[in-house]
Amino acid sequence: MKVPGGSPPGIPSLPCQTERERPNTMQALYAQLLVGLINGSFYALLSLGLAVIFGMLNIINFAHGALYMMGAFCAYFLLTYGGINYWWALILAPVIVGGFGILLERTMLQWLTGLDHLYGLLLTFGLALIIQGVFQNYFGSSGLPYAIPDLLKGGVNLGFMYLPIYRGWVVIFSLVVCIATWYLIEKTRLGAYLRAATENPTLVRAFGINVPRMITLTYGLGVGLAALAGVLSAPINQVRPLMGADLIIVVFAVVVIGGMGSIMGSIITGFALGVIEGLTKYFYPEASNTVVFVLMVLVLLVKPTGLTGRAS
Amino acid sequence: MNKRISALLLGTALVLGAVTGASAQTMDKNVKIGSLSDQSSLYADVGGPGSTLAAQMAVEDSGLTKKGWNIEVITGDHQNKPDVGSNIARQWYDVDKVDVIVDVPNSGVALAVNNVTKEKNKIFINSGAATSDLTNAQCTPNTVHWTYDTYNLAHGTGGALVKAGGDSWFFLTADYAFGAALERDTTAVVKAEGGKVLGGVKHPLNTSDFSSFLLQAQASKAKIIGLANAGGDTTNSIKQAAEFGIVAGGQKLAALLLFISDVNALGLNVAQGLNFTETFYWDLNDQTRSFGKRFSERMKNKQMPTMVHAGVYAGVLHYLKVLEKEGGNSHDGAKIVAAMKAMPTDDPLFGKGTIEPNGRKIHPAYLFEVKKPSESKGPWDYYKLVSTIPADKAFTPLDKSTCPLLKK
Repeated sequence: MKVPGGSPPGIPSLPCQTERERPNTMQALYAQLLVGLINGSFYALLSLGLAVIFGMLNIINFAHGALYMMGAFCAYFLLTYGGINYWWALILAPVIVGGFGILLERTMLQWLTGLDHLYGLLLTFGLALIIQGVFQNYFGSSGLPYAIPDLLKGGVNLGFMYLPIYRGWVVIFSLVVCIATWYLIEKTRLGAYLRAATENPTLVRAFGINVPRMITLTYGLGVGLAALAGVLSAPINQVRPLMGADLIIVVFAVVVIGGMGSIMGSIITGFALGVIEGLTKYFYPEASNTVVFVLMVLVLLVKPTGLTGRAS
Repeated sequence: MNKRISALLLGTALVLGAVTGASAQTMDKNVKIGSLSDQSSLYADVGGPGSTLAAQMAVEDSGLTKKGWNIEVITGDHQNKPDVGSNIARQWYDVDKVDVIVDVPNSGVALAVNNVTKEKNKIFINSGAATSDLTNAQCTPNTVHWTYDTYNLAHGTGGALVKAGGDSWFFLTADYAFGAALERDTTAVVKAEGGKVLGGVKHPLNTSDFSSFLLQAQASKAKIIGLANAGGDTTNSIKQAAEFGIVAGGQKLAALLLFISDVNALGLNVAQGLNFTETFYWDLNDQTRSFGKRFSERMKNKQMPTMVHAGVYAGVLHYLKVLEKEGGNSHDGAKIVAAMKAMPTDDPLFGKGTIEPNGRKIHPAYLFEVKKPSESKGPWDYYKLVSTIPADKAFTPLDKSTCPLLKK
């Protein structure tokens, strides 16, 4: 049953809620599984961008969380100062923040080509601190409100839980984006060039392909994915300067478990870890912040390259 | 040989004793105030840079610097970690010669700083932490708890909601000292008023996703979902509760601790109708409005003061007043705090009040309701006053306090 969004905004009317049967344990469990899947879609989108950047540029992009936050802020600015709604923000914010990413790559990251991973990690970590600091200075730490778009207000009663339509949209939308990105990199000619360029840039350049430009655009794509996740998360979470910092460590764990640089690995692990975290919140909530890292330790003990990673 | 060593030790002890004894008796006009807070995480808007500003404004308004006093305010970030907080406190007291630490949100950190302060015989004027343990089992002669506490929140909000028919509760509790104290104190009020607690769930501090916890609260069928958390945890819970249709489904949210910065972050659309207890609001009277305006103009993000900022301002002002009356700074923490307790308080933000022997500052509290968007006339015009809880009813009665200082 679909319940139309009513007044006040964001709080749908739900006539059948009070008459509903008390959910039994199995129903509560299904609800946790679904909620886990929703969180997993954020993990997947973010770790996908990280995997793309690591796979193609060999850079451990610690600024990913800050760029995700910039995506959310970008949506907020577009709405507040430009009157541009959520749907346009879904397109514009990734383009704008992706452009900023390209600027970063051109002015700073490109000089790190061929150097140890550590340099990229330190540079991007520093960048993340600066970006977050600037935002925090001007907007405080508690965040700014961003409403759910009218079309996606309200929710559906699934019998075992009340599913906000917006969350359902997030799952479907991120699945589509993830699969499209995977297809682009693994199945198209452009993707083949990219993969070849990371294996042997000199040879690919000899074929007349502009490798540096391709790498710049790839970084822009990864950053755009982070910004897209930021726009998706803005109506659910507060638009906060530290929203990325809180998430980035978990996302890194996802990438490590999935296998650094593996596209499909990060997508699957992202969704799976969301679900595992959701279940932990149900059975033993106190451990929900640490379960991901416990898993990471276990996976690395058994398979140091991650679940789908290849030994280099 | 042994004799020589013991003579040496005795000599050193005598010299040290003479030095510390002498310094305890010297009065000078130097004061160092340490504003210790969460500068970058979920409580940074509640305390943080605003608390440092409030302390500076109190120093300026005291007029002491014009009279030749040398007063300095320094800032520290405890990162919500008790070990980091107590290390900074130790360093400040031992090396930087800090006289008084103010603010310290996060009850876990506050309890740690409370111990160090007593050990070093300095002063701790707490504004940001809520645990009522600071003036009960953990009370010390060196601590004043200024703004609010879990007893006060539990009775203000919890009591009012149970009386209005909310007789079954489920708690969403932040998993550290503060959450535990707030849940404990509210449970006591709910039971005393004839209500019952159906259950609860403890969540880690600084959680961004509350949907799993909210689903459990929803399944409990409790009439009231008590949010025993603060800052970003509370705003996320409220926002996501709206998304999951919890309020629309007939359950009511009780934000046991809510600050004006949280309401601003939520927006009135989501926050409207929430009831909660505070001891300060910038739009209460002419004096609070004037302070709010001066404060907001100097804040980078132009925010209005929270009750924590107000408490830091008033606490520092009272402390400096006492020093001025004494004619200098003796740097003897317990002695100055005793003088602070002896002198009735009177400041522009909280009005007339007192500090009880257990360190509890007493003033009225207010039950507020968040306005509807249509009722708000502009930025930061957020609260409607529902009722005033008089000073003598707002905090733990002295005869119920378990503070060891009272057993004399």
